[in-house]
Amino acid sequence: MVAAESTEALGRAIADPNSFLTNAWLIAFLPAMSALLTLFLGKRTPGKGSVYGIAAVGASFVLSLGVLWTFVGGERGFYEASMPWFQIGQLHLEVGVYVDGLTAVMVVVVTSISLCVHIYSLGYMKGDVRFTWFYTVLSLFTSAMLVVVLANNLFQLLVGWEVMGVCSYLLIGHWWEDHVNSSSAIKAFITTRVGDVPFMFGIFVLISITGFTTSNIPAISDVVSHGGASVALVSAAALLLFGGTIGKSAQFPLHVWLPDAMAGPTPVSALIHAATMVAAGVYLVGRLFFVFTDADPVVLQIVGVVGGITMLGAALMAFVQDDIKRVLAYSTISQLAYMVAGMSMGPAGRTGAFFHLFTHAFFKALLFLGSGVVIHAVHTNNMSEMGGLRSRMPITFWTFLIGSLALAGVPPLAGFWSKDELLVVANEGGHDVMFVVLLLTALLTAFYMTRAVLMTFFGEFRGHGEPHEGPRTMTGVLVALATVTVFVGLLGAPQLGAPFGTWVFFHEIEEALFVPWIAVASTLAALLGIAIGYRLYNTYRERDPIRSLGPAYTVLTNKYYLDDLYWKGIVRPVRDDLSARVYWNDRRIIDGVVNGAASFTKTLGNGVNWFDEKVIDGAVNGLANLAGFTGGLLRYIQSGNVQRYAVFLFAGVVVLAVIFTKI
Amino acid sequence: MIRLPLVLFLSAALFSTGVYGVLARRNAVLVLMSIELMLNAVNINLVAFGAALHDLTGQVFALFVITVAAAEVGIGLAIVILIYRNRATINVDEVNLLKW
Repeated sequence: MVAAESTEALGRAIADPNSFLTNAWLIAFLPAMSALLTLFLGKRTPGKGSVYGIAAVGASFVLSLGVLWTFVGGERGFYEASMPWFQIGQLHLEVGVYVDGLTAVMVVVVTSISLCVHIYSLGYMKGDVRFTWFYTVLSLFTSAMLVVVLANNLFQLLVGWEVMGVCSYLLIGHWWEDHVNSSSAIKAFITTRVGDVPFMFGIFVLISITGFTTSNIPAISDVVSHGGASVALVSAAALLLFGGTIGKSAQFPLHVWLPDAMAGPTPVSALIHAATMVAAGVYLVGRLFFVFTDADPVVLQIVGVVGGITMLGAALMAFVQDDIKRVLAYSTISQLAYMVAGMSMGPAGRTGAFFHLFTHAFFKALLFLGSGVVIHAVHTNNMSEMGGLRSRMPITFWTFLIGSLALAGVPPLAGFWSKDELLVVANEGGHDVMFVVLLLTALLTAFYMTRAVLMTFFGEFRGHGEPHEGPRTMTGVLVALATVTVFVGLLGAPQLGAPFGTWVFFHEIEEALFVPWIAVASTLAALLGIAIGYRLYNTYRERDPIRSLGPAYTVLTNKYYLDDLYWKGIVRPVRDDLSARVYWNDRRIIDGVVNGAASFTKTLGNGVNWFDEKVIDGAVNGLANLAGFTGGLLRYIQSGNVQRYAVFLFAGVVVLAVIFTKI
Repeated sequence: MIRLPLVLFLSAALFSTGVYGVLARRNAVLVLMSIELMLNAVNINLVAFGAALHDLTGQVFALFVITVAAAEVGIGLAIVILIYRNRATINVDEVNLLKW
């Protein structure tokens, strides 16, 4: 096994893996099976097929907890198992699992959020036209993400990555009868595709580093960490891979698909934005972190710059949204940028980034599912038509409030600890600009979440009808997630020894620090944001106070004109001009060549046919005709008249006699 | 001793008469008789040359020819009778079934 040689780069292989580790492949396999079962048997099963998904993801969740428990118990190594898939020349491709602390944390996040979404969808999607199909794709989506997380090689990772892209397309466009939804699905698919192309080339570069022999991650890590590849090549690979992260994790400038992905059903938004899809991009950087650390330092700086731009830009755009899901979408982009920025600060930042991914998954899922309950109740996404839901939907309100406070970074909730960790790392590592940006984003985050909470739950109800609390399957999930959100942050609390840092680390465990002034600063930033938000949105105003920003408001509502730029600069030229030309080219040139070849062959065939009929058959028939003709002439001699025969006989004798006598 | 040329003239005249009879007569019996004339003309030739050359071969040959001629006439007349029975005619022009 390759793993044995790469101990230096990735720690040591676990000597006697327990049965949770040896059966880790089931974590990804079970949801895939449930997708198949739901697809083929779903409509004939009670509950229209939802049982398969819930049971399979539930089982995967239990297995994941078992896997995580192994690492909680102090295990520091990794477990790898694989079997050959197929071989192309020198290149051996395999299917396998690679489990270390990072994987363990990720599978728990994915399966737990997915389980919540599966259960929640029972209520949210009740009576939907394509209920069974929804559960099929949901399970497949979960499975694809787990394949990415568990993959021990890049090729398998790419397969899961792409399946996830397809599933996100299917889920975002779930209600495709509405043209907006199907366009959003296409936008999401194509935009992430733009990132996937460099990602794929990045994988090729990494495979080429091994001399085209394997795509195994530990093996590549081994080559890279032993200096088996030039820095330039590794840097190129890192940048190309980061292209995939930009696409999937919706970083600037490919973040445009994510707000539109809100067209999908809300549980899908929760799944995409909390546990899968967008997390895959961040996970990719973390899993292949050795590529980034061994690359030229400028690569990580680029990562940091992208993260910083996205973080602030997205947070500002969240200011002006009226659609509650879009507020959360921009918040997701911003928080993902937090993680990406964390990665850019090196090994210590990696742990912090993953801790933020971990906590963010729970409170963002909570927020999305909470907004889903609200949307379910008031039948609109617009916060201007909500308000006053606090008393009408108390469970949703309290859980949403907890989620918002966690996102804002109010201690001792989850978001506080993870943000604090990143801030400390930024401070320790001397990333002053990053420190300020992180702090500023924390302030902005607190502000827009306060705005969202106040507009949705406080004041007078401005919508129609009488909203009421959602069904128990939905609120139950909210309560569960809120509970987790309250306590999960403590896993990273330095006062409690920050156990999270002992599960997810790079090379060696970073010591978690608690710097009082940073904690105070981040808390103050959060409180300041909340205070400004409260000041502006305490009483609902018909004219959104944020409009007083003037031109800046226009820029923000137009999403920095990026969408227009893409629309006018890329989509329209490609769709209208390029595709028309390609179509013309296809019709005239390609089809022309094909049809020309066909008609040429036909003409040639006709010629050959003519030659056959006239010349070959003509020769044969001509000979026959000649024989027939001469025979026809000769037959007149054969008169049947004996005396005429006798005349010929005598004539012959006379001729012979003349000839012989002459001689 | 009759001179050989005179005999040859007789033979030639007989043969020519036979040829004419074979080619020109319509009656099958007459055709057969003409063939006899031709055979006998040949016999005269054979005997005449045999006498002139003092060689008995000619006469022996003539005997053979007479024998063959007898057989030939026997078969020929049998055919003529059968034709007559079947077609009620012995006109050789009408016996022309063996043709294209």
